[in-house]
Amino acid sequence: MPVLNAKRTAPTDDKRWKIVETRMRRLGDRPEALIEALHAAQEAFGYLDDDALQYVSDILGVPPSKVYGVATFYSFFILKPQGQHTCVVCTGTACYINGVKDILAGIHAKYGIKPRQTTADNKLSLLTARCLGACSLAPAVIVDGDVQGKVKADELIARLEAM
Amino acid sequence: MSEMPAARPKPRPVPGHGHNGHEGPARVTAAVCCAASCVSAQSDQILKKLGERVTEAGLTDVAVKRVGCLGLCAAGPLIQIPETGKLLRGVTPDKLEPVVEELRTAHPTGQMEDQQPFFSKQVRVATENMGRIDPEDIDDYQAHGGYEGLRQVLTSMSPAEVRDEITRSGLRGRGGAGYGTGLKWTTVAKAQGSPKYVICNADEGDPGAFMDRSVLESDPYRVLEGMAIAAYAVEATEGYIYCRAEYPLAVARLRTAIRNAQRSGFLGSAIADTNFSFDIQVRLGAGAFVCGEETALIASVEGRRGTPRPRPPYPAVAGLWGKPTLINNVETYANVPSIIRNGAQWYSSIGAPESRSKGTKVFALAGRVVNTGLVEVPMGITLREIIYDIGGGIPDGRPFKAVQTGGPGGGCIPAEYLDMPVDYESLIKVGSFMGSGGMIVMDDTSCMVDVARYFMDFCREESCGKCPPCRVGTTELYRMLDSICSGEATMDDLERMAKLAGIVAKTSLCGLGAGAPNPIFSTLRYFRDEYVAHIVDHVCPAGVCTIKTAEVAR
Repeated sequence: MPVLNAKRTAPTDDKRWKIVETRMRRLGDRPEALIEALHAAQEAFGYLDDDALQYVSDILGVPPSKVYGVATFYSFFILKPQGQHTCVVCTGTACYINGVKDILAGIHAKYGIKPRQTTADNKLSLLTARCLGACSLAPAVIVDGDVQGKVKADELIARLEAM
Repeated sequence: MSEMPAARPKPRPVPGHGHNGHEGPARVTAAVCCAASCVSAQSDQILKKLGERVTEAGLTDVAVKRVGCLGLCAAGPLIQIPETGKLLRGVTPDKLEPVVEELRTAHPTGQMEDQQPFFSKQVRVATENMGRIDPEDIDDYQAHGGYEGLRQVLTSMSPAEVRDEITRSGLRGRGGAGYGTGLKWTTVAKAQGSPKYVICNADEGDPGAFMDRSVLESDPYRVLEGMAIAAYAVEATEGYIYCRAEYPLAVARLRTAIRNAQRSGFLGSAIADTNFSFDIQVRLGAGAFVCGEETALIASVEGRRGTPRPRPPYPAVAGLWGKPTLINNVETYANVPSIIRNGAQWYSSIGAPESRSKGTKVFALAGRVVNTGLVEVPMGITLREIIYDIGGGIPDGRPFKAVQTGGPGGGCIPAEYLDMPVDYESLIKVGSFMGSGGMIVMDDTSCMVDVARYFMDFCREESCGKCPPCRVGTTELYRMLDSICSGEATMDDLERMAKLAGIVAKTSLCGLGAGAPNPIFSTLRYFRDEYVAHIVDHVCPAGVCTIKTAEVAR
């Protein structure tokens, strides 16, 4: 359904909007580009804020309700800014039976955060992944994009402390 | 039917990776595993530094090349010397001297080293190029028989002949359900409507499964070729690969492969100088397990929430944009080029001759097993051979307890069935499921009630919420399992849970809900005593669950 009176300009003159715009244009600015557009926006800005959702909605002619529906349906999309550092803990089966519970409990004891939460000082965000597919490294975590295998809770916390 | 491929040329040196300008074939090659598991242990650094070291050492007859998954992920980062068969394990970027020394002294003798059961018991079809070719180099792929299959179908076979060949091979869907691949192709080919689409399901969502990731990272052209052959067979012109966003390396290699295939005339218009046209786009998933279900996957490719719809009509009749659509998974397509090249007869002779499961299956072996990694085995092999011979058994001498196959909709198989053959029908008979190929080994440190709770937690979180049996049922089953784990449940609760599990299995809209109770069924069937111990004795036999004291529980 076309959205009337839609603004077709980027929310700010930040150059990163160009990346999002290009990705949508490559798919003909059609509604089916929605998920790709959200990926592009998240890659560019780290998370999806209201401006990003509204912009994508305007360009693709998808109602904001549907854009929000898709953005919240898929767990890969993040609608809040993340902390300075992120720690993604894999909770796949191999990691689970190799002691992920201890890792999450250790982080919670030390920083008081659960998965999908960020510390009050905005230093650390804790996320979980369904399965990183790095099962031979179980339990595996990703600290700021760097995969660590065969992790123990105390070693991981020491590393997080050192950042 | 067709001739077996002729003797394969030696791997060619990769320019810019330390071959030092030497012409002609290398004496030995250092094949550095650059699939996700080894890369996360810095094998990309190793590749770069080893190239430099080899050049510094003046070894002009040594090639250093990037290859895909070598399989034995547990011992990574890995380097293999294919000419001698030697496998160097646990290499680190700071200690490359022994590797350089090995390369200096290694001489191919025709005798292969390292023929341990991990490798010798495997039969490689879908993974035949893994660890041998450079995953991004289309010439290397062609030097190893790549695109022979596509050329053959385009120049000498009709679409019906291709479908017939696949049907006779006995290939069944490797995503798990095991539907006959030839039959599915025929249905799409006969369906009315145009254009037709071919989709590759690379949304490998089962936790503990990484077969598709390894295939895409190690041999992406094979999947593109398989899809192109399928497109020719069902007369489709457009294809999509729906890949998880959690696999950035696989996505990057796929995109590179698609670009190179387009440039080399294996995708796009007039493929291999015939009038056949077919192109492929990548679509990223965004972390929704339910999108492995085909109708949910189609909704997601169309840019919508990934919720399934009732079938029929099946996607073969009305799929993407309402048009006839063929959906197979990565491993299914990866088998196709080999079947065309070597013939249906060859493929169907692999595996158990008496069973309806032909060919091979790739498994991701993980959990409490020594040799975690990626294995491809003939159908009909026993669980014991996979876990003990290939997998090297359980670490620390602990006893085997169960092996979980089939992902969240699968089941836990106890020790008494270790000698059963692995095929679609046998796994269903013991209450599990082939699934996409995750195989998680558990020892006595795992509590089976806790494992059932883990999978139910997964299904509860991943339920799309469209149909109430799944949305409400999985949440309620999780709550019941949680109360058993904490010692707060009664035996009546156990019966109620079993009854509800039956209802959820029968009334859910798609496979996610229908399969979600399976871990409960199989653990109740084989490990009922553990449930009873939690409920009656307030004890977790494996010492995993935190049981509230008896007073509190009452």
